[in-house]
Amino acid sequence: MSRRLLGLFLVLPALAVIALLFILPLIMSAVGAFQVDGSFGWGNFTKTFDLYTKDIIFTVVIVSLSTALIGLASIAIGGYLTLGNNPVAVSILRFLYRWPMFIPFIVVGQLMRTFLSKNGMMNNTAVSLGLMTPLDTVSFLDWRGIVFAFVWKQTPFVALLVAGAMASLNRDTIEAARNLGASKLRVLFEIIVPQVAVTLTVGLILSFVTMMSVLSVPLMINAQTPTMLTADIAFRVNAYGDYGVANALGLISLVLASSVAWIYLRISLKERT
Amino acid sequence: MTALRNNLSALWWVPRGIIFGLLAFFIFGPLFNMLLWTVTEKWYFPHTFPLEYGFSSWEKVFAPRGGALESLGNSLVVALLTVAVALALAIPAGYALARLKLPLRGVILLAFLIPQAFPNLTVYVNIARIFYEIGLNGTIPGVVLVHVSHGLVYAVWIATAAFSAIDPELEQAARNIGAGPLRTFRDVTLPLAAPGLMASAIFVFLESLDEFTGSFFVGAPDVNMLPLLLYTTASGGNYQIASITALLLLVPSLVFMLVVERFLKADVLSRVGQ
Repeated sequence: MSRRLLGLFLVLPALAVIALLFILPLIMSAVGAFQVDGSFGWGNFTKTFDLYTKDIIFTVVIVSLSTALIGLASIAIGGYLTLGNNPVAVSILRFLYRWPMFIPFIVVGQLMRTFLSKNGMMNNTAVSLGLMTPLDTVSFLDWRGIVFAFVWKQTPFVALLVAGAMASLNRDTIEAARNLGASKLRVLFEIIVPQVAVTLTVGLILSFVTMMSVLSVPLMINAQTPTMLTADIAFRVNAYGDYGVANALGLISLVLASSVAWIYLRISLKERT
Repeated sequence: MTALRNNLSALWWVPRGIIFGLLAFFIFGPLFNMLLWTVTEKWYFPHTFPLEYGFSSWEKVFAPRGGALESLGNSLVVALLTVAVALALAIPAGYALARLKLPLRGVILLAFLIPQAFPNLTVYVNIARIFYEIGLNGTIPGVVLVHVSHGLVYAVWIATAAFSAIDPELEQAARNIGAGPLRTFRDVTLPLAAPGLMASAIFVFLESLDEFTGSFFVGAPDVNMLPLLLYTTASGGNYQIASITALLLLVPSLVFMLVVERFLKADVLSRVGQ
């Protein structure tokens, strides 16, 4: 058996699971998006854009903003872990940053529901420090809560990937640049970040698509309008049994997510040529 | 001069202390707030701390009719089975992707990302329809299969990275002294990749524990899982029981967080997704 055939044979079972349990239902839902009362048409999409254009924009803005913040935070954390010269401070940060990494999204939703609410711990602490009065407190359980929850949960994961890639870099160029008088910030953005750009992009893309498909966080934090597409899909199915519009919303999310996955494919192809 | 320099470097602890303090508050604050809720009897606006503490909610959760024990058992059984199935699929696939020349390698890697790339809700609705017809809906194997499709991206990507981080010369050496390909894989490659594979098992386990949408459509109401219990109690406004369920889901996550770097080394990490 040639190595090529053997390779395909070994990958096939795993691919079959994806094909049968994901691609097939995905096609079923894509077909369903164009089905109105048994015949094909654009009805579901006109209804979707009439009702949910605001939520589509809301979702894109929230997820993009969260991705940008996650990227900045991970570069900052990874950079400090690589360049920080106080070993005590570095190990404190190493200890601190990863706590939220494996906390399930549904738990994150519940945590933020109590922490960010009007009488949550964040407001209570600000009140007891004298920064505001109890009457000034506002609930952060809207778009800010969702962004906070996403950044809180996803940053450790991306930072772990980025810090790992930074740690395996060749230290010589970094030391050389430092010896020539380059500031740490300059070393970080001109020498380190370009070399870990692929890892950073992979981490951010994984985060982007994960955030696009999380249902529990928007349901727990902000279920009123405008809300995220996942909450709309659940609502369409649970409240109306309207699978057509739900499938159309799903297809729109797929287009948004796959445009990001396309970037990954282009980067990985460019690397190999 | 050295005394002055020491003083200056000590001064750096002021900005560091402020930043680490804020970081610690925003990381541990939500967790501490949840812990308070698990032992709260009475707490309302505008009080900073609960007015009465007690364990009555714990008794309610662990009462035979509370449902938490059944959900906990189901969640653990499903997660362990998911790990077993996912690794059985990911080890051969990861090896092939790391070592053998495959056509369209990038596309194959990307295929495993698909379940993470699509709001899985509509997909799970359609899976539930298929499973209903073949009698898998509302069964543990049905939920396990859904979780496997969801967790395979971690299993395959990390397994691929773990295998490609191994020096091919070690395998070559084993082959040169007469070991067959299977023996080489079993005695050389697999033990060397074991820490990475362990890490991928951890990711799959946690993904399964975390999974909410698929369990809801395929499992409920016959197979109750912890995330489902958390959601129903939280939307019912019972912060105490929701927080206790959240704590049950949290403990394994935090334990794994503390040990994961023992398994996931930098050389493996830098190869994830490549």
